[in-house]
Amino acid sequence: MMIDDVTTEPLTPVVRRDPARTESGGRPKAEPPVQALGIEDLNAYYGGMHAVGDVTLQVQKGQVTAIIGPSGCGKSTLLRCLNRMHEVTPGARATGRVLIGDVDVYAPQTDPVEVRSMVGMVFQKANPFPMMSIYENVAAGPRLRGWKLKRPEMDDLVERNLRRAALWDEVKDRLHRSGAALSGGQQQRLCIARALATDPSVVLMDEPASALDPIATYKIEELVRELSEEITIVIVTHNMQQASRVSQRTVFMLAGDDRVGRLVEQGPTTEIFTHPRDERTEAYITGRFG
Amino acid sequence: MAVRSATLSAIPARHRIAAKRRIGERIAITLLGLATLIGVVLLVTILGYVIVQGAPAINLEFFTQRPKPFGEVGGGVQPAIAGTLLLAAVSGAIAIPVGIAAAIFVVEYRTGRFAAPVRFAAELISGLPSIVIGVFVWAFLVRGVIGQFSGLAGAIALAVIMVPIVARTVEEVLRLVPGSLREAALALGAPKWKVILSVVLPTARAGIITASVLAIARSAGETAPLLLTALGNEFFSLNLLRAVDALPLRVYRYAISPYDDWHVKAWGASLVLVAVIGVVALLLRVVARQRVN
Repeated sequence: MMIDDVTTEPLTPVVRRDPARTESGGRPKAEPPVQALGIEDLNAYYGGMHAVGDVTLQVQKGQVTAIIGPSGCGKSTLLRCLNRMHEVTPGARATGRVLIGDVDVYAPQTDPVEVRSMVGMVFQKANPFPMMSIYENVAAGPRLRGWKLKRPEMDDLVERNLRRAALWDEVKDRLHRSGAALSGGQQQRLCIARALATDPSVVLMDEPASALDPIATYKIEELVRELSEEITIVIVTHNMQQASRVSQRTVFMLAGDDRVGRLVEQGPTTEIFTHPRDERTEAYITGRFG
Repeated sequence: MAVRSATLSAIPARHRIAAKRRIGERIAITLLGLATLIGVVLLVTILGYVIVQGAPAINLEFFTQRPKPFGEVGGGVQPAIAGTLLLAAVSGAIAIPVGIAAAIFVVEYRTGRFAAPVRFAAELISGLPSIVIGVFVWAFLVRGVIGQFSGLAGAIALAVIMVPIVARTVEEVLRLVPGSLREAALALGAPKWKVILSVVLPTARAGIITASVLAIARSAGETAPLLLTALGNEFFSLNLLRAVDALPLRVYRYAISPYDDWHVKAWGASLVLVAVIGVVALLLRVVARQRVN
């Protein structure tokens, strides 16, 4: 059933950014919130080290959720648990429940490869495939999954996703040159285009702008806001201004004395930043530690 | 305010570099340069000597004719050139895939229980003297399974020498492929085997080709194992089940002979061997570069 989804999805044109919607203020407020991602009692370990403890969290569809917290608080680990990338690290494991839509991510019959297929991921350091051209990088996801697309369909998919990543105009004349020649910010947007190319419903971003200058960062943030109209985004960031700029909800994590990262507080971003309920959250956002 | 002219003495004493250290540095750099020079001089001397000594033997006949018995003028090493190319092709076809597979196993499946033993085995084999490998293949294939001296036995002996070279070099190359690329491919929903085939190997491509060139170059110069397996042949033969000639064998036969004419031919065959290895290495690199661009 999932496989049917992925083979038919990319063929339908995805031009959802119609002007009517932006006029009405971007996000339709009337829709009841739908859970895109559910996390229940999630614990993550690296060998004997307990990295993330008892996280329970809901992420609403079509929202940007920011995970903030100091280094070593387990926010990246939590993110990597959501598409089962955590267990790629030797010795790493996770327990608990994660739901993406109706899919039970950690159920025994669930194939991690299929989970990763449903979820897009953008990493801290831009990692385009160096031996592939810009075009091939965007086409990599469909090809790695064995989607059978004809040449014009693939051309269309590549263009559409480079446009979604706001990169098309900058690279349309050099699609068949190496992606490694692009600037850092362009490389990161290429990685975003690559992640979007397989039409994920959820995109996970692990500090996507932390290695970029302010202008490139601004472009990425702009992109996150635009994409959130069609996709659920979870973004891990060190940068609190960034969290307040791009997200509707914020999750604050902190590692206690036992060095286990736990969820301290979550809520609407404006509330977390103006009226945090937990004094540790307040201390962190006012820069008193972390 | 005007900029005053600076003098060396204006640098505070604790920031000055002692004369002793400056001299020490000079000496160290000189020694490093000297060591480099010795290496380059050795290479140039060997190559130059082979060229000077071998050039008189080189003519068209040398490439197109089979060796002639002593006393007859002329003759060439054509069967040996063909044999060396044949042995390199067959041993490469056996050893390169096996070596690459072993390297993939060790690097990409390192959590497995067998990765460390495989690595250890490769290290042990690469430490075996090549004559021992020759004796083993002689006992096992020449006297056993195949029943006679043959090109196949020679190619297998060379392959045994090549596998650990390919495996260990490719292992290093695969480790250089950033983990972030593997993660990117995995996160795109690719199964592990596809990550290895579509991302890891293409990224490591240039290094894998270098490893293959190294292994071929090393094994193409082997003599001892071929004496006991491919044996050598004065006639042109590409039959893998019969004795096959090879350039190192030809060099050896001619060099230990008492005839001056054959000594010149030994030098000539050495020169051809060096050239064949050089050309094969160059071709592989050119092919590699073209595919990347």
